[in-house]
Amino acid sequence: MVFLEFEKPLEKLYEQLDKIKQVGEEGDIDVSDKIKELENKIKSETKEIYSNLNGWQKVQLSRHPERPYTLYYIESICKKFVELHGDRYFKDDKAIVGGIGKINGQSVVILGHQKGVNTKLRQYRNFGMANPEGYRKALRLMKLAERFNYPVVCLIDTPGAYPGLEAEERGQAEAIAKNLFEMAQLKVPILCYVIGEGASGGALGIGVGDKVFMFENTWYSVISPESCSSILWRSWDHKEKAAEALKLTADDMLGFGLIDEIIKEPLGGAHNDPEKMAKTLRLHIKNELGALMELTPDQRIENRLVKYSNMGEFTRITETAKTEEKQKKESK
Amino acid sequence: MGWFKRLKDGIQTATKFKKEAPDGLWNKCKSCSELTTIKELKENLYICPKCDYHVRIGSHDYFDIIFDGKYKLLFEDIVSKDILGFSDVKTYENRLEAAFIKTGLKDSISVAHGKCGRKDFVIAAMDFSFIGGSMGSVVGEKIARAIDYCIENRYPFMIIAKSGGARMMESAFSLMQMAKTSVKLAQLSRNKLPYFSFMTDPTTGGVTASYAMLGDINFAEPKALIGFAGPRVIKETIKRDLPEGFQTSEFLLDHGFLDFIVHRKELKERLETVLSIFNTDDQMEEVA
Repeated sequence: MVFLEFEKPLEKLYEQLDKIKQVGEEGDIDVSDKIKELENKIKSETKEIYSNLNGWQKVQLSRHPERPYTLYYIESICKKFVELHGDRYFKDDKAIVGGIGKINGQSVVILGHQKGVNTKLRQYRNFGMANPEGYRKALRLMKLAERFNYPVVCLIDTPGAYPGLEAEERGQAEAIAKNLFEMAQLKVPILCYVIGEGASGGALGIGVGDKVFMFENTWYSVISPESCSSILWRSWDHKEKAAEALKLTADDMLGFGLIDEIIKEPLGGAHNDPEKMAKTLRLHIKNELGALMELTPDQRIENRLVKYSNMGEFTRITETAKTEEKQKKESK
Repeated sequence: MGWFKRLKDGIQTATKFKKEAPDGLWNKCKSCSELTTIKELKENLYICPKCDYHVRIGSHDYFDIIFDGKYKLLFEDIVSKDILGFSDVKTYENRLEAAFIKTGLKDSISVAHGKCGRKDFVIAAMDFSFIGGSMGSVVGEKIARAIDYCIENRYPFMIIAKSGGARMMESAFSLMQMAKTSVKLAQLSRNKLPYFSFMTDPTTGGVTASYAMLGDINFAEPKALIGFAGPRVIKETIKRDLPEGFQTSEFLLDHGFLDFIVHRKELKERLETVLSIFNTDDQMEEVA
């Protein structure tokens, strides 16, 4: 098991538990009571820790090395699945995966960022950082979905689009922009789930949909806390402060009205019970699709237009001037 | 009371006198170090007479260049607010305040309606001098309203991009402006109205990855920096030097992401030609 910094108290308890179990196996002493006691303690401690996570801790949790990734969810929730490869222009991007599948009897196109599960695979997957061909593959699959009237499910988990030389040559910006533009008017329903990291344009590039959800222990922001720290504080040391300032947790995002709902994770995070997490996701998709499939394509596109047009907070100075005047009068 | 006390409250200098272009008497070219008088430079549309370097200029300068004389500013009453209570080494509120005073502008984008070659035209132009031309909620909202205005009146639309990217101080709100502007441009496109994207130095980050790359026609000023990731970030990622001319307008033209590059002196004429071909007036021109 991997323990994050703020999980250290748990690590000790787990160590104790292992020791007691060992004692129980070696000797003839009955330790079942003690084990039960410790297990309860772990549970309550976990609850305690997890109910008070700050922004930076959620960022760490979203990057937990044991956290399930896109392909795990796809395999768990699709009864059938065929992975499709390539953008048909240049190559197959390993950082975005996708294909056709069946969820709850409904044919879908499901795709998402994919990170590697070990050192070798992490490199193979480019740490979940897609190149333009990844976004173009995603769009190709969405267009396929549109032709056959299948809904699209997008799973978002990326530290950002890849900032490489070749990515620029092949139009990283154009690839992302095109996806935003096309997803805005795709005729079929699109559900987006942030399952891990939601960093900037790289996340949004497969993140425009009828509904956008975030798993409980994930984040969504215009920039990673590290990069934000390096730009605004000119040092990498203020990532915790940056994480707070960016207001990037699922709770923040729901509060701002920028996402539709938070998906509860099992106690201790998705990696503590991946099966349960996958089941939650499967049932959630089923419920959401049911409602969305009843609308006409035009209604869905119109709803998306309204949804995104409403995003943004600003002041009308004429109004401000009026209220200020009022306040002045009142204070007099 | 000192004799120098300001008689009126606030800064009264009109925006058009607050050019982003350098003030003083002389300008030293950033590219070739040639000294030119500001007057001469201005008459030359802020282009270095020796090496053709295009000095960065502001939104209102572009309006002056492109429109046939007068134009009307739109949606000037929309201003940024500190939604998150954001604070790094400075508070966002202070940064905004400083930007208002420094530029005399309301935000990093201004929208204007005028005529170009006697054709109605709506332009949203960005100012780099306002917090690095960063895109926050106001940029998204002004573009959205400009698009509504174009749809209502059937006018063609252009955005002049000049931006370091999304405005960090509005975090996810600024990120979502990428989606908002793209969704609105899709609406404009469904209404069969042309959208031109004109990229100027610099155009990077979330701005490039949304409206800047979505033009029916994409074009740029010569030698502008245009890209998604900034050159410094890329250099750190790949750990080698970047080739000469990487991420310039010429590089993008060569790689197929621009339709053409236009010299500032030819800008108006080129736009007039393009506008005369895209016929958005509902009445058809008489066939000769």
